[in-house]
Amino acid sequence: MRDMPGRPSRRGFLKGSAAGVAIASFAGTASAQAQEKEAPPPLDQYERVYLNDAEWAFVMAACARLIPSDGDGPGAIECRVPVFIDRQLAGDFGKASDWYMQGPFDPAATPTLGFQSPLTPAEIYRKAIPAFQDWCNKTHGGSFEALEPAKQDAALTSLQKGEVPLDPELRDFFSFLLANTKEGYFADPGYGGNHGMQAWVYIGFPGARGAFTSWPGRENAQYPLGPVAINGERA
Amino acid sequence: MATRTDPKKDVVIIGLGWTGAIMGMELAGEGLEILALERGEDRNTVPDFQYPNTFDELKYGVRYGLMQKPVNSTLTVRHNTQETALPYRQLGSFLPGDGVGGAGVHWNGQTWRPQAVEYRLRSYVEETFGADIIPEDMQLQDWGVTAEEMEPFLTKFESVAGIAGKAGNINGQIQEGGNPFEAPRSADYPMPPLKNTWDSELFADAARKMGYHPFPRPSANASMQYVNDYGMQLGPCNYCGFCERFGCNNYSKSSPQVCILDALKRKPNFSYKTKCEVLKIEKAADGKTATGVTYFDDNTGEEVFQPADLVLVCAYSLHNVHLLLLSEIGQPYNPDTGEGVVGRNYSYQMTGGTGLWFKDKVFNPFVGTGAGGMTIDDFSMSQIDFGKEGFIGGSYITCGHTGGRPIQQMSLPPGTPGWGAGWKAAVGEWYGHNLSIGSHGSNMAYRDTCLDLDPTYKDRHGRPLMRMTFNWKDNDIKMTQFMKARIEEIAKSMNPDAMASGYKGDGAQYDVRPYQSTHNVGGAIMGIDPKTSAINRHLQTWDCHNVWVMGASAFPQNLQYNPTGAVGGLAYWALEALRKDYLPNPRPLM
Ligand SMILES: Cc1cc2nc3c(=O)[nH]c(=O)nc-3n(C[C@H](O)[C@H](O)[C@H](O)COP(=O)(O)OP(=O)(O)OC[C@H]3O[C@@H](n4cnc5c(N)ncnc54)[C@H](O)[C@@H]3O)c2cc1C
Ligand code: SF4
Repeated sequence: MRDMPGRPSRRGFLKGSAAGVAIASFAGTASAQAQEKEAPPPLDQYERVYLNDAEWAFVMAACARLIPSDGDGPGAIECRVPVFIDRQLAGDFGKASDWYMQGPFDPAATPTLGFQSPLTPAEIYRKAIPAFQDWCNKTHGGSFEALEPAKQDAALTSLQKGEVPLDPELRDFFSFLLANTKEGYFADPGYGGNHGMQAWVYIGFPGARGAFTSWPGRENAQYPLGPVAINGERA
Repeated sequence: MATRTDPKKDVVIIGLGWTGAIMGMELAGEGLEILALERGEDRNTVPDFQYPNTFDELKYGVRYGLMQKPVNSTLTVRHNTQETALPYRQLGSFLPGDGVGGAGVHWNGQTWRPQAVEYRLRSYVEETFGADIIPEDMQLQDWGVTAEEMEPFLTKFESVAGIAGKAGNINGQIQEGGNPFEAPRSADYPMPPLKNTWDSELFADAARKMGYHPFPRPSANASMQYVNDYGMQLGPCNYCGFCERFGCNNYSKSSPQVCILDALKRKPNFSYKTKCEVLKIEKAADGKTATGVTYFDDNTGEEVFQPADLVLVCAYSLHNVHLLLLSEIGQPYNPDTGEGVVGRNYSYQMTGGTGLWFKDKVFNPFVGTGAGGMTIDDFSMSQIDFGKEGFIGGSYITCGHTGGRPIQQMSLPPGTPGWGAGWKAAVGEWYGHNLSIGSHGSNMAYRDTCLDLDPTYKDRHGRPLMRMTFNWKDNDIKMTQFMKARIEEIAKSMNPDAMASGYKGDGAQYDVRPYQSTHNVGGAIMGIDPKTSAINRHLQTWDCHNVWVMGASAFPQNLQYNPTGAVGGLAYWALEALRKDYLPNPRPLM
């Protein structure tokens, strides 16, 4: 990890741990605004709109492995990615509102022909989580949340590789889970994830600034300003 | 059955994207009563694309906020005529537009002219290399127009759209710093090129050292303030990095809104309706003309018959073909017999790229624009010895970035894990340390790459979906592999810390999931022989002389370039014939 001149140290993050992290704390670049703002409820008190208790526990645990908290940069949990996923599943994405969902369906068709499940993404989460939990119990001797991190990673890898026997209607589960986790990490904070724009600060993305007229062509010069969100907040 | 018939118009335009807006503007000048029907919503820079709401990667980039919704309109896809086609249920590979402005709202603005040889590809190949190098089943065709004929109309489109660039060949005189391989142009671009990003400068330096001829990519992102032929004003681009897939908040990206529509809306003889999807072009009893169109009005839930003397199909290439098939205008193409014309010669675009990562270079990738960057055309259609290389085709090779949006544009070195601690470390380490060199190439049409009506799947109006039969073919894979070798030579000379290539290889299957391009062409192709083309060289259908079809559906095979320069040029070319020849005496022009 190199710290670029004129840019806040990426090592400056306080490492958050697990579910109870209420608000991101920044060392060095602490944002007065962010700290004055009312903190959102801790994740265990967040009022869910789609996921049930068991699903929430799984999504929390899975996100924490897909983008872990240790090391440089925030993890999915500090960024409140599970909140993002819950809201997306309750919304148009979860309902596949925009997609063509008329049959006949051939969910086992060659993957190059794209999504062919009769189930919406929200339904896929709902059916795939228990199926995956069953497999974790049988193969690793416990529910996903109960496994050691290394075993959780192994289980997710099996899921990704298609080694977990899921019905073909559910085969996009891992790709949705991973894509949604990264979306929640990097999307505008208005969607519930990327809390405090931590993921943007971490990589150096300035968000919705939208005007860089004097910047094209500068050689190896790091843009100095931190991110701004669509609602005008700054990190 | 229509529940309502509206008063007759002189002209009805189906779709209000680039071509619909151009046709409306020019024919309004003729004093005709014109109605445009657009299936999607109305859209204006303010409020629809205004700051800061448009800077929403999830809404527009990932969830396709401005694009066609498959629930309302889609097609089915299969790889060959033996497979069962399945619906394109979720967008991926291509992203048709929906709403006023069409895909001209959320395009990048890379605005090219075809090379002279591309208009007469079959003739060029036969004359230069002999007909026997053409693979069996490759249906190469000439367009029926030449670069010289098209030149004034391409110039007109570039002047209306306000293209920024550097000419390489003005009336046969090669211009230093432009593209020496382009067809002669009558004048330079209306605006000078955009500012370059550093990555594209590095590429240009490397290419120049290898003896190639880099030049700035012609762009519909304004480099300065500009007032076009219709009195419409563009302002200089902010390099905002939210260009492709987004509407421009800054009146800088040429779009029908920014370049035409506000002027058009002031014409008393032009009107338009939104949320009105045309279902069918209606034919007269003798089948030789159309009487108008039937559309579904989402505002009232009614089916409406709109009578008109002239029907202009401007619905985007795929929808143009679908409408012709549903309306039974022109004989549908049959891949088994090779007979019929509507649906014939569908083709796509062959692209590939090499990523380079540099530990010690920072590119600020969020400082980007849809069409800036540097290009070489040294391996273009006119520069390759097809006989020697064993393929027909070519690519432009280009470097420049359109944005650094972290969900979609995060580019990590080969070997990086897709998730977990390694992924997280890599996004922090490598974001903004990447450049990519892309090849954007031709794609030929074959006997079995075609469009017809699906036997099983229906849309929300109960009409059959269109079915696409398409796969990659050896010729085109050889072409892209050739580009890979050239690009990797340039890339290696730039000494990156890591490098990775992605090009279609042997046996590659067309995959509808990753975005590739919305450069779907063919299916209602132009030509001079009614047996092998659906429309004549003026874009008039052979069968119904008052039905004219605009857009890239006219291309007999794909260009090596992005289509819209040619699409705009063809619209002005068709207008010339319409105005001078057809309106005074409506009839088949050929
Ligand atoms: C993400 C993206 C990037 C692109 N980048 C480039 C680029 O850099 N360079 C380039 O050259 N090209 C690019 N293109 C392609 C370019 O946008 C198209 O070539 C161009 O917009 C085509 O113009 P058109 O008038 O044929 O269709 P469109 O502009 O798409 O307009 C067609 C209109 O018809 C409407 N319509 C369709 N069916 C019906 C119906 N039945 N009834 C009523 N209305 C209907 C649609 O809603 C739409 O508004 C890009 C496209 C996309 C999606
Ligand atoms: S990059 Fe330029 S042209 Fe594109 S949307 Fe931004 S300001 Fe507009």
